[in-house]
Amino acid sequence: MALNSIHWFRKGLRLHDNPALREAVQGAATVRCVYFLDPWFAGSSNVGVNRWRFLLQCLEDLDASLRKLNSRLFVIRGQPANVFPRLFKEWKISRLTFEYDSEPFGKERDAAIKKLAMEAGVEVIVKISHTLYDLDKIIELNGGQPPLTYKRFQTLISRLDPPEMPVEMLTDTLMGRCVTPVSEDHGDKYGVPSLEELGFDTEGLPSAVWPGGETEALTRIERHLERKAWVANFERPRMNANSLLASPTGLSPYLRFGCLSCRLFYFKLTDLYRKVKKNSSPPLSLYGQLLWREFFYTAATNNPRFDKMEGNPICVRIPWDKNPEALAKWAEAKTGFPWIDAIMTQLRQEGWIHHLARHAVACFLTRGDLWISWEEGMKVFEELLLDADWSVNAGSWMWLSCSSFFQQFFHCYCPVGFGRRTDPNGDFIRRYLPVLRGFPAKFIYDPWNAPESVQAAAKCIIGVHYPKPMVHHAEASRLNIERMKQIYQQLSRYRGLGVFFSSKQEVLCDGITCSSLMSVTCSSSVQFYLYNSPLKLLYIQRFGDSGEEKPQSGKRVREGRLSERAVGLVEEDKGPRHEHNQRWCLSRV
Amino acid sequence: MKRMKGGEEGSDDSSCESPAEVCKKVRKQLSDDSEPEVAESLDCNWARLPQELLLHIFQYLPLLDRAYASQVCRGWNQAFHMPELWRCFEFELNQPASSYLKATHPDLIKQIIKRHSNHLQYVSFKVDSSTESAEAACDILSQLVNCSLKTLGLISTARPSFMEVPKSHFISALTVVFVNSKSLSSLKIDDTPVDDPSLKVLVANNSDTLKLLKMSSCPHVSPAGILCVADQCHGLRELALNYHLLSDELLLALSSEKHVHLEHLRIDVVSENPGQHFHTIKKSSWDAMMRHSPKFNLVMYFFLYEDEFGPFFNEEIPVTHLYFGRSVSKEVLGRVGLHCPRLVELVVCANGLRPLDEELIRIAKHCTQLSAIGLGECEVSCSAFVEFVKMCGRRLSQLSIMEEVLIPDHKYSLDEIHWEVSKHLGRVWFPDMMPTW
Repeated sequence: MALNSIHWFRKGLRLHDNPALREAVQGAATVRCVYFLDPWFAGSSNVGVNRWRFLLQCLEDLDASLRKLNSRLFVIRGQPANVFPRLFKEWKISRLTFEYDSEPFGKERDAAIKKLAMEAGVEVIVKISHTLYDLDKIIELNGGQPPLTYKRFQTLISRLDPPEMPVEMLTDTLMGRCVTPVSEDHGDKYGVPSLEELGFDTEGLPSAVWPGGETEALTRIERHLERKAWVANFERPRMNANSLLASPTGLSPYLRFGCLSCRLFYFKLTDLYRKVKKNSSPPLSLYGQLLWREFFYTAATNNPRFDKMEGNPICVRIPWDKNPEALAKWAEAKTGFPWIDAIMTQLRQEGWIHHLARHAVACFLTRGDLWISWEEGMKVFEELLLDADWSVNAGSWMWLSCSSFFQQFFHCYCPVGFGRRTDPNGDFIRRYLPVLRGFPAKFIYDPWNAPESVQAAAKCIIGVHYPKPMVHHAEASRLNIERMKQIYQQLSRYRGLGVFFSSKQEVLCDGITCSSLMSVTCSSSVQFYLYNSPLKLLYIQRFGDSGEEKPQSGKRVREGRLSERAVGLVEEDKGPRHEHNQRWCLSRV
Repeated sequence: MKRMKGGEEGSDDSSCESPAEVCKKVRKQLSDDSEPEVAESLDCNWARLPQELLLHIFQYLPLLDRAYASQVCRGWNQAFHMPELWRCFEFELNQPASSYLKATHPDLIKQIIKRHSNHLQYVSFKVDSSTESAEAACDILSQLVNCSLKTLGLISTARPSFMEVPKSHFISALTVVFVNSKSLSSLKIDDTPVDDPSLKVLVANNSDTLKLLKMSSCPHVSPAGILCVADQCHGLRELALNYHLLSDELLLALSSEKHVHLEHLRIDVVSENPGQHFHTIKKSSWDAMMRHSPKFNLVMYFFLYEDEFGPFFNEEIPVTHLYFGRSVSKEVLGRVGLHCPRLVELVVCANGLRPLDEELIRIAKHCTQLSAIGLGECEVSCSAFVEFVKMCGRRLSQLSIMEEVLIPDHKYSLDEIHWEVSKHLGRVWFPDMMPTW
């Protein structure tokens, strides 16, 4: 009997380095590449028009590339679980292939589809190609827990074999005798829909700054490498006014949708480094962007509550304020801080902002000024940011709001000074906030301080044509740093920055109550956190700095019983309080 | 910090034995009881668990679980109401519209006021950003007429909502506590509308016992108001207030012979408008403080514009902990290096465009007690940073700087700096990283 395959595209929207797609054509008589879109869902989802456009462009590009191989993309309207059983029958399918999805909801969905396929007698082949490594291997190497510091993660990575080489691009030769049956009405039934069809109003929509698709991604990676080769400097580029703008060498949205294989990027970087630096082996920092992504995927893969504060074992519970008006001002670029508003405008218009710009707006929304939950900010990014991925988006927001992973909570980005240092002339502001164009550089970051005559000359009166600042930054940061301190003091006997300025005889209950078990990680230097929750346990965690398997000092007290991911380690240097806690810890186990 | 929750309070309660001792006692009781069914009957008769053991267990349980347990039997219900379990309580007052966190149940609050208000000693109120919550806190306070509190904390967890409560309402609630509690020792009332007359009531009733007073950002208090506290409360060891309340007279009052040694003085220096003028404190007043309390911590938080630092750090000041929340100029940091010989911890959130090299070296040279430093958006060249660490050596127990502000130079690259700094610190060290995403 002839072998008929379906390759199911979700992420991984590419023909290069697509091992699951190769499996689909291997020895098959027919192959059909499908993508599921729910048009009912599209208009009502909280994904913005830029992201939809990027996705549709990716699909069109895929379809065009498949046509060159005498194949087509089948865009199926509906939900996979509803449609697959029919397709299996109709197309007499015996093999289903797709790329492994590491995210909890993806895993759940895929398990359901696998079950359906099994029931229909369809063989399922799944391949890892969205991440460099098999994330489960990283977790296994770390004793069953995802690493919670980036340093630790790097240590683990350096002990793994290098990632697998990318597989060959799908070509005519690889297709061999495998064909795609295409009907006359393919366009009507399975064509890539337009934005209008999905219910978006496209009138006046400016052209895409970031065009989607594999073809574009492959052009960009060449440019990216050329530039790196030309600079011949593999250190992190220093931030300047230009780095704030969308660059034709930027890759993050392409990695997000899988138009670009992370492994291809990895090996191209390695080759280039070896060529330029002659035989020296590349440092891990060369792959920074890829490894951060990998780090957050690893942290999230077994945590379905990764994007929530409540019930998320790695997230500190912080008493964020609920304030829909303030949130709306932030999201709609009406904070009255030109630096913040320009970034949010760029995000809305183009779908991408520089990572330091992300730090600035995230800090402003959460711990820096507005004290609004990171979950709200994450949702806005989810709508607008092309490269927002569930794991990476939530993980970065937790990081930037000091809800997890992070150690430097004493420092908040200033919504005036940070921008001024990056782009002293204010060209970035003028580009995205034309209303402020007339202000001189001296006042463009804090126009409310400009004398009336300057405002009049700029034809922009603050409070009339552009909003007044929505918060008093000095006051807000004073309050918020105090709040953060309360929280971390309660969480820890974290010496050092956490008790910077703490009172010696603090006898009042400070901070928040942690009513669910928490686990935040210790940082790179010898800091440790002591977590407590009234019910479950007091718990001290300490990792060796060099990131070896076992902590430098301390012994293992218990392994995840009360929480799924906690490994308790008790500090050797313990006072009477610690003794007490340790006993408690032990007695609870 | 001493925690007031649950079981840890037991450690300073002499009647509370360690669990091991209690167990021993219970075992002994069991073996004394020679009847063979005892062990078995104990298995199924939890009501016979001795009260002291029960109390010990209850201290580890959060309130909700204790409440469930209290429904098991009469004995457990009695245990639930033991005064020891009600000495400290944290009222959490949140509204669903303004907070993600749960609030203390109103019925529980009622019950505490009715049955346990005379047991309460360590009380804190955590209040979200809504005025309702702050008012609810005031309502509870006004009902605590038969309690005698030792510590009271009013904590705004989001925005300073006590400031929104009508002042008279707040003051009358607070004075209820002041008048009834004759042995109040700690009071944390940052960001509240407390005023001079209410502080007088505090002094009149609690001057012998007050040890800690935190009242940062209380705009209704005047320098004279706080001076009255310092004059009368000779046991005051810790004080937190804003710079505008700090005066030479206050420092002299705190260093009078009758006064105990001050341990902790925290000053917040916040600018309301750019270009604000700040008064100066005489060196002689600080000297008097130093003579009287040679070991006291002087903690200063600065939230100023760069051009407002004029009056600060021109003369020697005994500051131990310094936090610069906004951008601060190289010049001011240079003065810090010259005039802060007692400096222990320093945080600089940001500075201007030029690297901080010479300033750090000077700080390392003159601030010989410095043991913790955190640098935010402050560029430093790698070689100056290494030099700084080398000069401070192992006494730097905390060292935090973001990788992106370290500027590689001819001597060190970013990869090398981690080894070099680790070598001088005698432990493994890395700069802080932020995700590139």
